Amino acid sequence: MHGVEGYIYPNELELQWSVLIVLYPYLTGLVAGAFILASLERVFKVAAVKPTYRLALLTALAFLLVAPLPLQLHLGRPERSFEMYLTPHRSSAMAMFGFVYLWYLMVVLLLEIWLEYRVEIVGWSKSARGPMRWVYKALTLGSDDIGPEARAVDDKVGWIVTVIGIPSAFLLHGYVGFIFGSVKANAWWSTPLMPIVFLFSAMVSGIAAVLLLYMAAMKVKRRPIDMRCADTIAKYLFYVFLIDFSLEMLDLVHRIYEADESFRTLDFMVQTRLYVSQVVIQILLGTCLPLAILAATQIFRIGEAARRALYATAAVLTLAGIFAMRWNVVIGGQLFSKSYLGYTTYKLEFATREGLLPALALMILPFAILWVLVKLLPPWPEKQAILEPSDATIAGVKG
Amino acid sequence: MGRPATGRGRRAAADEEACVPGKLKHAGHLIRPAVVLLLGFALFLLVRGAVVPATFGELGHYRAASLDEIRQQAPAFAGQAVCAGCHAGVTAVRASGKHRAVACEACHGPSARHAADPAAVRHAPLDVVALCAGCHEKDSAKPKWFRQVESKEHSGGAPCQSCHQPHKPEF
Repeated sequence: MHGVEGYIYPNELELQWSVLIVLYPYLTGLVAGAFILASLERVFKVAAVKPTYRLALLTALAFLLVAPLPLQLHLGRPERSFEMYLTPHRSSAMAMFGFVYLWYLMVVLLLEIWLEYRVEIVGWSKSARGPMRWVYKALTLGSDDIGPEARAVDDKVGWIVTVIGIPSAFLLHGYVGFIFGSVKANAWWSTPLMPIVFLFSAMVSGIAAVLLLYMAAMKVKRRPIDMRCADTIAKYLFYVFLIDFSLEMLDLVHRIYEADESFRTLDFMVQTRLYVSQVVIQILLGTCLPLAILAATQIFRIGEAARRALYATAAVLTLAGIFAMRWNVVIGGQLFSKSYLGYTTYKLEFATREGLLPALALMILPFAILWVLVKLLPPWPEKQAILEPSDATIAGVKG
Repeated sequence: MGRPATGRGRRAAADEEACVPGKLKHAGHLIRPAVVLLLGFALFLLVRGAVVPATFGELGHYRAASLDEIRQQAPAFAGQAVCAGCHAGVTAVRASGKHRAVACEACHGPSARHAADPAAVRHAPLDVVALCAGCHEKDSAKPKWFRQVESKEHSGGAPCQSCHQPHKPEF
Protein backbone atom coordinates (compact mmCIF):
# COMPACT_ATOMS: atom_id res chain seq x y z
CA MET A 1 0.00 0.00 0.00
CA HIS A 2 1.28 3.46 -0.89
CA GLY A 3 2.98 5.24 2.01
CA VAL A 4 2.88 2.17 4.24
CA GLU A 5 5.89 0.08 5.12
CA GLY A 6 5.85 -3.28 6.89
CA TYR A 7 3.01 -4.47 9.11
CA ILE A 8 0.51 -1.93 10.38
CA TYR A 9 -2.91 -2.29 12.00
CA PRO A 10 -5.85 -0.97 9.93
CA ASN A 11 -6.69 1.81 12.40
CA GLU A 12 -3.11 3.11 12.28
CA LEU A 13 -3.08 3.69 8.54
CA GLU A 14 -4.53 7.20 8.66
CA LEU A 15 -3.33 9.71 11.25
CA GLN A 16 -6.14 10.83 13.56
CA TRP A 17 -4.30 13.86 14.95
CA SER A 18 -3.40 16.31 12.23
CA VAL A 19 -1.33 19.49 11.95
CA LEU A 20 -4.01 21.26 14.01
CA ILE A 21 -3.05 19.15 17.01
CA VAL A 22 0.56 20.18 16.35
CA LEU A 23 -0.54 23.79 16.46
CA TYR A 24 -2.42 23.41 19.74
CA PRO A 25 0.55 22.73 22.05
CA TYR A 26 2.60 25.24 20.06
CA LEU A 27 0.11 28.07 20.69
CA THR A 28 -0.44 27.08 24.33
CA GLY A 29 3.32 26.98 24.83
CA LEU A 30 3.72 30.51 23.51
CA VAL A 31 1.10 31.65 26.06
CA ALA A 32 2.87 30.02 28.99
CA GLY A 33 6.30 31.22 27.85
CA ALA A 34 5.20 34.81 27.31
CA PHE A 35 3.59 34.87 30.75
CA ILE A 36 6.70 33.49 32.44
CA LEU A 37 8.72 36.27 30.80
CA ALA A 38 6.23 38.84 32.11
CA SER A 39 6.57 37.37 35.60
CA LEU A 40 10.33 37.97 35.49
CA GLU A 41 9.71 41.68 35.77
CA ARG A 42 6.75 41.53 38.12
CA VAL A 43 7.77 38.89 40.63
CA PHE A 44 11.49 38.42 40.20
CA LYS A 45 12.09 42.16 39.79
CA VAL A 46 14.21 41.87 36.65
CA ALA A 47 13.87 45.56 35.79
CA ALA A 48 15.73 45.25 32.47
CA VAL A 49 12.87 43.36 30.81
CA LYS A 50 10.28 45.99 31.76
CA PRO A 51 9.89 47.27 28.15
CA THR A 52 8.48 43.87 27.20
CA TYR A 53 6.30 43.33 30.28
CA ARG A 54 3.06 44.60 28.79
CA LEU A 55 3.80 43.18 25.34
CA ALA A 56 4.36 39.78 26.94
CA LEU A 57 0.99 39.97 28.71
CA LEU A 58 -0.84 41.00 25.52
CA THR A 59 0.97 38.29 23.54
CA ALA A 60 -0.08 35.70 26.11
CA LEU A 61 -3.71 36.89 25.87
CA ALA A 62 -3.75 36.94 22.03
CA PHE A 63 -2.36 33.41 21.81
CA LEU A 64 -4.54 32.13 24.66
CA LEU A 65 -7.69 33.28 22.85
CA VAL A 66 -6.67 31.28 19.76
CA ALA A 67 -5.22 28.23 21.59
CA PRO A 68 -8.49 26.20 21.81
CA LEU A 69 -9.50 26.93 18.19
CA PRO A 70 -7.34 24.18 16.58
CA LEU A 71 -9.08 21.67 18.86
CA GLN A 72 -12.50 23.03 17.94
CA LEU A 73 -11.68 22.81 14.24
CA HIS A 74 -10.23 19.33 14.62
CA LEU A 75 -13.27 17.97 16.48
CA GLY A 76 -15.67 19.72 14.13
CA ARG A 77 -18.57 20.39 16.50
CA PRO A 78 -17.63 23.56 18.41
CA GLU A 79 -21.09 23.96 19.96
CA ARG A 80 -20.59 20.71 21.87
CA SER A 81 -17.40 21.89 23.57
CA PHE A 82 -19.46 24.01 25.97
CA GLU A 83 -20.95 20.79 27.36
CA MET A 84 -17.52 20.00 28.75
CA TYR A 85 -18.05 22.89 31.16
CA LEU A 86 -21.69 22.05 31.90
CA THR A 87 -21.21 18.38 32.73
CA PRO A 88 -17.48 17.84 33.19
CA HIS A 89 -16.23 14.32 33.73
CA ARG A 90 -13.62 14.18 36.47
CA SER A 91 -11.72 11.37 34.79
CA SER A 92 -11.26 13.43 31.63
CA ALA A 93 -8.01 15.40 31.50
CA MET A 94 -9.43 17.53 28.69
CA ALA A 95 -12.50 18.49 30.75
CA MET A 96 -10.37 19.44 33.74
CA PHE A 97 -8.10 21.42 31.44
CA GLY A 98 -11.10 23.47 30.33
CA PHE A 99 -11.32 24.86 33.84
CA VAL A 100 -7.56 25.48 34.03
CA TYR A 101 -7.88 27.39 30.77
CA LEU A 102 -10.80 29.50 32.06
CA TRP A 103 -9.04 30.14 35.36
CA TYR A 104 -5.90 31.26 33.56
CA LEU A 105 -7.83 33.47 31.15
CA MET A 106 -10.29 35.10 33.56
CA VAL A 107 -8.57 35.17 36.92
CA VAL A 108 -4.92 35.48 35.94
CA LEU A 109 -4.40 37.11 32.58
CA LEU A 110 -7.38 39.45 32.19
CA LEU A 111 -7.13 40.57 35.81
CA GLU A 112 -3.41 41.23 35.58
CA ILE A 113 -3.78 43.18 32.33
CA TRP A 114 -6.61 45.20 33.84
CA LEU A 115 -4.60 46.04 36.94
CA GLU A 116 -1.54 46.93 34.87
CA TYR A 117 -3.41 49.22 32.47
CA ARG A 118 -5.97 50.67 34.88
CA VAL A 119 -4.32 54.07 35.25
CA GLU A 120 -4.05 54.53 31.49
CA ILE A 121 -7.54 53.12 30.84
CA VAL A 122 -9.01 55.73 33.19
CA GLY A 123 -6.95 58.41 31.41
CA TRP A 124 -8.05 57.22 27.94
CA SER A 125 -11.69 57.06 29.07
CA LYS A 126 -11.45 60.80 29.62
CA SER A 127 -9.28 61.78 26.65
CA ALA A 128 -10.36 59.41 23.85
CA ARG A 129 -12.93 60.51 21.27
CA GLY A 130 -15.90 58.76 19.68
CA PRO A 131 -16.78 55.11 20.36
CA MET A 132 -13.32 54.39 21.82
CA ARG A 133 -14.21 56.61 24.75
CA TRP A 134 -17.07 54.23 25.58
CA VAL A 135 -14.86 51.20 25.12
CA TYR A 136 -12.37 52.59 27.62
CA LYS A 137 -15.20 53.68 29.91
CA ALA A 138 -16.50 50.10 29.90
CA LEU A 139 -12.97 48.83 30.58
CA THR A 140 -12.68 51.02 33.71
CA LEU A 141 -15.59 48.95 35.11
CA GLY A 142 -16.92 52.22 36.47
CA SER A 143 -14.02 53.02 38.77
CA ASP A 144 -11.69 55.98 38.24
CA ASP A 145 -9.89 55.82 41.55
CA ILE A 146 -6.26 55.92 40.44
CA GLY A 147 -4.83 57.75 43.41
CA PRO A 148 -1.48 56.66 44.85
CA GLU A 149 -3.13 54.45 47.49
CA ALA A 150 -5.31 52.71 44.89
CA ARG A 151 -2.28 52.20 42.64
CA ALA A 152 -0.32 50.75 45.55
CA VAL A 153 -3.19 48.29 46.08
CA ASP A 154 -3.15 47.45 42.34
CA ASP A 155 0.56 46.83 42.50
CA LYS A 156 0.25 44.50 45.47
CA VAL A 157 -2.73 42.60 44.02
CA GLY A 158 -1.00 42.43 40.60
CA TRP A 159 2.00 40.83 42.29
CA ILE A 160 -0.23 38.26 44.00
CA VAL A 161 -2.03 37.52 40.72
CA THR A 162 1.33 36.98 38.98
CA VAL A 163 2.54 34.71 41.77
CA ILE A 164 -0.66 32.66 41.35
CA GLY A 165 -0.22 32.94 37.58
CA ILE A 166 3.18 31.23 37.48
CA PRO A 167 1.93 27.83 38.73
CA SER A 168 -1.20 28.36 36.62
CA ALA A 169 0.95 28.84 33.50
CA PHE A 170 2.96 25.78 34.48
CA LEU A 171 -0.26 23.81 34.93
CA LEU A 172 -1.65 25.07 31.62
CA HIS A 173 1.27 23.85 29.59
CA GLY A 174 2.33 20.99 31.82
CA TYR A 175 -1.13 19.57 31.17
CA VAL A 176 -0.56 19.58 27.40
CA GLY A 177 2.54 17.46 27.93
CA PHE A 178 0.56 15.36 30.40
CA ILE A 179 -2.04 14.56 27.70
CA PHE A 180 0.68 13.01 25.53
CA GLY A 181 2.83 11.62 28.34
CA SER A 182 -0.09 9.68 29.81
CA VAL A 183 -0.85 7.71 26.61
CA LYS A 184 0.81 4.58 27.89
CA ALA A 185 0.15 2.59 24.72
CA ASN A 186 2.37 4.94 22.73
CA ALA A 187 6.09 4.43 23.36
CA TRP A 188 7.00 7.73 21.66
CA TRP A 189 4.85 9.74 24.08
CA SER A 190 4.64 7.74 27.27
CA THR A 191 7.28 9.29 29.52
CA PRO A 192 6.84 11.19 32.77
CA LEU A 193 9.34 13.72 31.42
CA MET A 194 6.88 14.81 28.75
CA PRO A 195 5.07 17.53 30.81
CA ILE A 196 8.41 18.93 32.00
CA VAL A 197 9.96 18.93 28.53
CA PHE A 198 6.82 20.57 27.15
CA LEU A 199 6.94 23.19 29.87
CA PHE A 200 10.53 24.19 29.28
CA SER A 201 10.12 24.20 25.52
CA ALA A 202 7.05 26.40 26.08
CA MET A 203 9.14 28.86 28.07
CA VAL A 204 11.78 28.84 25.33
CA SER A 205 9.27 29.49 22.54
CA GLY A 206 7.36 32.16 24.50
CA ILE A 207 10.52 34.08 25.41
CA ALA A 208 11.80 33.86 21.82
CA ALA A 209 8.43 35.03 20.46
CA VAL A 210 8.26 38.07 22.76
CA LEU A 211 11.90 38.98 21.99
CA LEU A 212 11.16 38.82 18.27
CA LEU A 213 7.86 40.71 18.62
CA TYR A 214 9.54 43.41 20.70
CA MET A 215 12.31 43.94 18.17
CA ALA A 216 9.83 43.88 15.26
CA ALA A 217 7.52 46.36 17.03
CA MET A 218 10.40 48.74 17.68
CA LYS A 219 11.42 48.46 14.04
CA VAL A 220 7.87 49.21 12.87
CA LYS A 221 7.53 52.11 15.29
CA ARG A 222 11.03 53.33 14.35
CA ARG A 223 12.09 53.44 17.94
CA PRO A 224 15.43 52.32 19.32
CA ILE A 225 15.56 48.81 20.76
CA ASP A 226 16.44 48.87 24.46
CA MET A 227 19.56 46.70 24.18
CA ARG A 228 19.75 46.13 27.93
CA CYS A 229 16.30 44.59 27.66
CA ALA A 230 17.10 42.55 24.54
CA ASP A 231 20.39 41.34 26.09
CA THR A 232 18.64 40.29 29.29
CA ILE A 233 15.88 38.42 27.46
CA ALA A 234 18.49 36.72 25.25
CA LYS A 235 20.40 35.71 28.38
CA TYR A 236 17.29 34.17 29.94
CA LEU A 237 16.42 32.52 26.64
CA PHE A 238 19.88 30.96 26.58
CA TYR A 239 19.59 29.65 30.16
CA VAL A 240 16.09 28.23 29.76
CA PHE A 241 17.01 26.76 26.37
CA LEU A 242 20.02 25.02 27.94
CA ILE A 243 17.77 23.42 30.56
CA ASP A 244 15.24 22.44 27.89
CA PHE A 245 17.94 20.93 25.68
CA SER A 246 19.45 19.04 28.64
CA LEU A 247 16.04 17.59 29.53
CA GLU A 248 15.41 16.48 25.96
CA MET A 249 18.86 14.91 25.78
CA LEU A 250 18.24 13.23 29.14
CA ASP A 251 15.08 11.73 27.71
CA LEU A 252 16.97 10.60 24.61
CA VAL A 253 19.87 9.09 26.55
CA HIS A 254 17.42 7.36 28.87
CA ARG A 255 15.58 5.85 25.91
CA ILE A 256 18.84 4.68 24.33
CA TYR A 257 20.10 3.20 27.59
CA GLU A 258 16.78 1.59 28.48
CA ALA A 259 16.42 0.30 24.87
CA ASP A 260 13.06 -1.32 25.51
CA GLU A 261 11.08 -3.25 22.90
CA SER A 262 10.09 -0.03 21.08
CA PHE A 263 13.61 1.33 20.72
CA ARG A 264 14.60 -0.15 17.38
CA THR A 265 11.35 1.03 15.82
CA LEU A 266 11.65 4.56 17.17
CA ASP A 267 15.34 4.69 16.26
CA PHE A 268 14.53 3.62 12.71
CA MET A 269 11.78 6.22 12.51
CA VAL A 270 14.12 9.03 13.64
CA GLN A 271 16.68 7.94 11.06
CA THR A 272 14.18 7.77 8.20
CA ARG A 273 10.77 9.46 8.32
CA LEU A 274 11.57 11.99 11.02
CA TYR A 275 15.15 12.64 9.97
CA VAL A 276 14.54 16.05 8.41
CA SER A 277 12.01 17.33 10.96
CA GLN A 278 13.75 15.90 14.04
CA VAL A 279 17.48 15.71 13.39
CA VAL A 280 17.88 18.55 10.89
CA ILE A 281 15.19 21.09 11.84
CA GLN A 282 14.55 20.41 15.54
CA ILE A 283 17.98 19.42 16.84
CA LEU A 284 20.54 20.99 14.47
CA LEU A 285 18.84 24.12 13.11
CA GLY A 286 16.26 24.67 15.86
CA THR A 287 18.34 23.90 18.95
CA CYS A 288 22.12 23.59 18.42
CA LEU A 289 22.42 26.58 16.08
CA PRO A 290 20.38 29.08 18.17
CA LEU A 291 22.11 27.81 21.32
CA ALA A 292 25.49 28.40 19.65
CA ILE A 293 24.40 31.88 18.54
CA LEU A 294 23.12 32.77 22.01
CA ALA A 295 26.27 31.36 23.61
CA ALA A 296 28.40 33.46 21.26
CA THR A 297 26.52 36.61 22.26
CA GLN A 298 27.22 35.77 25.91
CA ILE A 299 30.91 35.03 25.43
CA PHE A 300 32.15 37.44 22.75
CA ARG A 301 31.94 41.20 22.56
CA ILE A 302 29.65 41.82 19.62
CA GLY A 303 28.40 45.17 18.33
CA GLU A 304 24.78 46.23 18.86
CA ALA A 305 23.62 45.88 15.26
CA ALA A 306 25.17 42.42 14.97
CA ARG A 307 23.65 41.39 18.31
CA ARG A 308 20.21 42.47 17.15
CA ALA A 309 20.59 40.42 13.97
CA LEU A 310 21.87 37.43 15.94
CA TYR A 311 19.03 37.63 18.47
CA ALA A 312 16.45 37.82 15.67
CA THR A 313 18.05 34.85 13.88
CA ALA A 314 18.25 32.82 17.08
CA ALA A 315 14.61 33.63 17.94
CA VAL A 316 13.32 32.65 14.47
CA LEU A 317 15.32 29.41 14.53
CA THR A 318 14.14 28.67 18.06
CA LEU A 319 10.48 29.16 17.10
CA ALA A 320 10.94 26.90 14.06
CA GLY A 321 12.73 24.33 16.22
CA ILE A 322 10.00 24.26 18.88
CA PHE A 323 7.35 23.94 16.17
CA ALA A 324 9.33 21.01 14.76
CA MET A 325 9.45 19.51 18.27
CA ARG A 326 5.63 19.68 18.52
CA TRP A 327 5.39 18.21 15.02
CA ASN A 328 7.74 15.34 15.86
CA VAL A 329 5.85 14.53 19.05
CA VAL A 330 2.33 14.69 17.61
CA ILE A 331 2.91 13.39 14.08
CA GLY A 332 5.90 11.17 14.96
CA GLY A 333 3.87 9.38 17.63
CA GLN A 334 1.39 8.26 14.99
CA LEU A 335 3.77 7.20 12.22
CA PHE A 336 4.77 3.85 13.67
CA SER A 337 2.62 0.79 14.30
CA LYS A 338 1.92 -0.47 17.83
CA SER A 339 3.14 -3.79 16.45
CA TYR A 340 6.58 -2.11 16.07
CA LEU A 341 6.74 -3.75 12.65
CA GLY A 342 5.54 -1.03 10.30
CA TYR A 343 5.20 2.66 9.49
CA THR A 344 2.64 4.90 7.86
CA THR A 345 2.89 8.36 6.25
CA TYR A 346 1.28 11.68 7.11
CA LYS A 347 -0.09 13.49 4.10
CA LEU A 348 -0.68 17.15 4.91
CA GLU A 349 -3.77 18.34 3.08
CA PHE A 350 -4.17 21.90 1.85
CA ALA A 351 -7.60 23.54 1.72
CA THR A 352 -9.50 21.09 3.94
CA ARG A 353 -10.77 21.49 7.50
CA GLU A 354 -7.54 20.14 8.94
CA GLY A 355 -5.25 21.22 6.12
CA LEU A 356 -2.37 23.64 5.80
CA LEU A 357 -4.60 26.61 4.97
CA PRO A 358 -6.65 26.64 8.21
CA ALA A 359 -3.43 25.93 10.14
CA LEU A 360 -1.81 29.01 8.59
CA ALA A 361 -4.94 31.06 9.31
CA LEU A 362 -4.86 29.94 12.95
CA MET A 363 -1.18 30.85 13.14
CA ILE A 364 -1.83 34.33 11.76
CA LEU A 365 -4.95 34.98 13.85
CA PRO A 366 -3.12 35.56 17.19
CA PHE A 367 -0.97 38.21 15.49
CA ALA A 368 -4.12 39.94 14.21
CA ILE A 369 -5.61 39.84 17.72
CA LEU A 370 -2.31 41.11 19.16
CA TRP A 371 -2.37 44.01 16.67
CA VAL A 372 -5.86 44.98 17.88
CA LEU A 373 -4.80 44.61 21.53
CA VAL A 374 -1.70 46.76 20.98
CA LYS A 375 -3.88 49.43 19.33
CA LEU A 376 -6.38 49.24 22.20
CA LEU A 377 -3.84 49.01 25.01
CA PRO A 378 -0.52 50.39 23.73
CA PRO A 379 2.30 48.68 25.64
CA TRP A 380 4.61 51.65 25.28
CA PRO A 381 3.77 55.32 25.98
CA GLU A 382 2.23 56.85 22.86
CA LYS A 383 1.99 60.42 21.75
CA GLN A 384 -1.75 60.47 22.45
CA ALA A 385 -2.97 62.30 25.49
CA ILE A 386 -2.63 60.39 28.73
CA LEU A 387 -3.56 61.89 32.04
CA GLU A 388 -0.47 62.71 33.99
CA PRO A 389 -0.33 60.86 37.32
CA SER A 390 -0.86 64.13 39.20
CA ASP A 391 -4.01 64.90 37.16
CA ALA A 392 -5.14 61.31 37.47
CA THR A 393 -4.67 61.45 41.21
CA ILE A 394 -6.80 64.53 41.39
CA ALA A 395 -9.43 62.92 39.17
CA GLY A 396 -9.36 59.83 41.36
CA VAL A 397 -9.72 61.83 44.54
CA LYS A 398 -12.51 63.91 43.05
CA GLY A 399 -14.18 60.80 41.63
CA MET B 1 2.50 66.01 80.75
CA GLY B 2 4.13 64.34 77.83
CA ARG B 3 3.20 60.77 78.73
CA PRO B 4 -0.59 60.97 78.42
CA ALA B 5 -0.16 62.82 75.11
CA THR B 6 2.11 60.04 73.83
CA GLY B 7 -0.41 57.47 75.00
CA ARG B 8 -3.16 59.26 73.15
CA GLY B 9 -0.92 59.47 70.11
CA ARG B 10 -0.33 55.72 70.28
CA ARG B 11 -4.02 55.02 70.71
CA ALA B 12 -4.82 57.26 67.76
CA ALA B 13 -2.27 55.47 65.64
CA ALA B 14 -3.62 52.10 66.78
CA ASP B 15 -7.16 53.25 66.04
CA GLU B 16 -6.08 54.39 62.62
CA GLU B 17 -4.46 51.03 61.95
CA ALA B 18 -7.48 49.21 63.25
CA CYS B 19 -9.67 51.28 60.95
CA VAL B 20 -9.71 48.57 58.26
CA PRO B 21 -12.53 50.14 56.22
CA GLY B 22 -10.32 53.23 55.89
CA LYS B 23 -7.51 51.07 54.49
CA LEU B 24 -9.84 49.16 52.24
CA LYS B 25 -11.33 52.37 50.88
CA HIS B 26 -8.75 52.41 48.10
CA ALA B 27 -9.27 48.76 47.27
CA GLY B 28 -12.93 49.40 46.42
CA HIS B 29 -12.27 49.26 42.68
CA LEU B 30 -11.18 45.62 43.04
CA ILE B 31 -14.74 44.71 43.91
CA ARG B 32 -15.72 45.53 40.32
CA PRO B 33 -13.77 42.76 38.51
CA ALA B 34 -14.85 40.43 41.33
CA VAL B 35 -18.50 41.38 40.64
CA VAL B 36 -17.97 40.84 36.88
CA LEU B 37 -16.50 37.40 37.59
CA LEU B 38 -19.32 36.54 39.99
CA LEU B 39 -21.93 37.74 37.48
CA GLY B 40 -20.29 35.55 34.84
CA PHE B 41 -20.32 32.62 37.24
CA ALA B 42 -23.97 33.26 38.13
CA LEU B 43 -24.87 33.42 34.43
CA PHE B 44 -23.01 30.14 33.90
CA LEU B 45 -24.95 28.51 36.76
CA LEU B 46 -28.19 29.89 35.35
CA VAL B 47 -27.48 28.49 31.88
CA ARG B 48 -26.31 25.23 33.41
CA GLY B 49 -29.51 24.90 35.42
CA ALA B 50 -31.58 25.57 32.31
CA VAL B 51 -29.83 23.26 29.85
CA VAL B 52 -28.54 20.29 31.87
CA PRO B 53 -31.33 17.68 31.95
CA ALA B 54 -32.90 17.11 35.38
CA THR B 55 -32.02 13.43 35.55
CA PHE B 56 -28.39 13.88 34.48
CA GLY B 57 -26.00 12.15 36.88
CA GLU B 58 -28.67 10.16 38.76
CA LEU B 59 -27.27 6.81 37.66
CA GLY B 60 -24.00 7.80 36.04
CA HIS B 61 -22.50 10.35 33.71
CA TYR B 62 -25.59 10.41 31.50
CA ARG B 63 -29.28 11.35 31.52
CA ALA B 64 -31.11 8.67 33.52
CA ALA B 65 -34.44 9.40 31.78
CA SER B 66 -32.89 8.34 28.47
CA LEU B 67 -33.12 4.71 29.65
CA ASP B 68 -36.93 4.88 29.80
CA GLU B 69 -37.05 6.63 26.43
CA ILE B 70 -34.88 3.93 24.88
CA ARG B 71 -37.03 1.23 26.48
CA GLN B 72 -40.13 2.72 24.87
CA GLN B 73 -38.70 2.40 21.38
CA ALA B 74 -39.98 -0.53 19.32
CA PRO B 75 -37.26 -3.21 18.97
CA ALA B 76 -35.82 -3.37 15.47
CA PHE B 77 -34.45 -6.92 15.82
CA ALA B 78 -36.78 -9.92 16.01
CA GLY B 79 -34.27 -12.33 17.58
CA GLN B 80 -32.97 -15.70 16.47
CA ALA B 81 -35.85 -17.68 17.98
CA VAL B 82 -38.49 -15.71 16.05
CA CYS B 83 -36.65 -16.28 12.74
CA ALA B 84 -36.33 -20.00 13.52
CA GLY B 85 -40.07 -20.18 14.31
CA CYS B 86 -40.96 -19.72 10.61
CA HIS B 87 -37.71 -20.64 8.81
CA ALA B 88 -37.03 -23.95 10.52
CA GLY B 89 -35.53 -25.59 7.41
CA VAL B 90 -32.82 -23.04 6.70
CA THR B 91 -32.13 -22.71 10.44
CA ALA B 92 -31.35 -26.42 10.59
CA VAL B 93 -29.01 -26.16 7.55
CA ARG B 94 -27.22 -23.19 9.12
CA ALA B 95 -26.86 -24.97 12.47
CA SER B 96 -24.72 -27.71 10.90
CA GLY B 97 -22.34 -25.34 9.04
CA LYS B 98 -19.54 -22.91 9.82
CA HIS B 99 -21.98 -19.98 9.97
CA ARG B 100 -23.91 -21.55 12.87
CA ALA B 101 -22.75 -18.78 15.21
CA VAL B 102 -23.82 -16.02 12.80
CA ALA B 103 -27.31 -14.74 13.66
CA CYS B 104 -29.87 -14.50 10.82
CA GLU B 105 -30.22 -10.76 11.27
CA ALA B 106 -26.44 -10.22 11.05
CA CYS B 107 -26.79 -10.73 7.28
CA HIS B 108 -30.50 -10.13 6.62
CA GLY B 109 -30.80 -7.05 8.78
CA PRO B 110 -33.21 -6.08 11.58
CA SER B 111 -36.38 -8.11 11.04
CA ALA B 112 -38.90 -7.19 13.75
CA ARG B 113 -41.22 -5.45 11.28
CA HIS B 114 -41.01 -8.42 8.90
CA ALA B 115 -41.74 -10.83 11.76
CA ALA B 116 -44.78 -8.80 12.80
CA ASP B 117 -46.24 -8.79 9.27
CA PRO B 118 -44.32 -11.22 7.00
CA ALA B 119 -46.56 -10.74 4.01
CA ALA B 120 -46.44 -6.95 3.93
CA VAL B 121 -42.79 -6.34 4.95
CA ARG B 122 -40.22 -8.22 2.89
CA HIS B 123 -36.45 -8.12 3.21
CA ALA B 124 -34.63 -6.10 0.60
CA PRO B 125 -32.42 -8.21 -1.68
CA LEU B 126 -28.87 -8.53 -0.31
CA ASP B 127 -25.72 -7.23 -1.99
CA VAL B 128 -24.01 -10.56 -1.42
CA VAL B 129 -20.53 -9.65 -2.67
CA ALA B 130 -20.29 -6.65 -0.34
CA LEU B 131 -21.88 -8.60 2.51
CA CYS B 132 -19.42 -11.50 2.33
CA ALA B 133 -16.46 -9.17 1.79
CA GLY B 134 -17.42 -7.37 5.02
CA CYS B 135 -16.08 -10.37 6.95
CA HIS B 136 -13.99 -12.34 4.47
CA GLU B 137 -12.02 -9.68 2.57
CA LYS B 138 -8.30 -10.30 3.08
CA ASP B 139 -6.76 -8.18 5.79
CA SER B 140 -3.42 -8.82 7.46
CA ALA B 141 -4.88 -7.74 10.80
CA LYS B 142 -7.30 -10.71 10.82
CA PRO B 143 -6.27 -14.02 12.37
CA LYS B 144 -4.82 -16.54 9.89
CA TRP B 145 -7.35 -19.30 10.71
CA PHE B 146 -10.18 -17.05 9.54
CA ARG B 147 -11.16 -17.68 5.90
CA GLN B 148 -10.35 -14.63 3.81
CA VAL B 149 -9.85 -13.84 0.13
CA GLU B 150 -8.95 -10.97 -2.15
CA SER B 151 -12.51 -10.84 -3.54
CA LYS B 152 -11.51 -9.19 -6.84
CA GLU B 153 -8.93 -11.86 -7.57
CA HIS B 154 -11.01 -14.66 -6.04
CA SER B 155 -14.29 -14.19 -7.91
CA GLY B 156 -13.90 -11.11 -10.11
CA GLY B 157 -17.10 -9.66 -8.72
CA ALA B 158 -19.25 -12.76 -9.33
CA PRO B 159 -21.88 -13.36 -6.63
CA CYS B 160 -20.42 -15.54 -3.87
CA GLN B 161 -23.51 -17.78 -3.70
CA SER B 162 -22.92 -18.98 -7.26
CA CYS B 163 -20.23 -21.27 -5.71
CA HIS B 164 -20.84 -21.13 -1.94
CA GLN B 165 -23.98 -21.92 -0.06
CA PRO B 166 -24.21 -18.96 2.34
CA HIS B 167 -26.22 -20.79 5.05
CA LYS B 168 -23.73 -23.68 5.08
CA PRO B 169 -20.59 -22.57 3.24
CA GLU B 170 -18.25 -25.29 2.00
CA PHE B 171 -14.67 -24.56 1.02
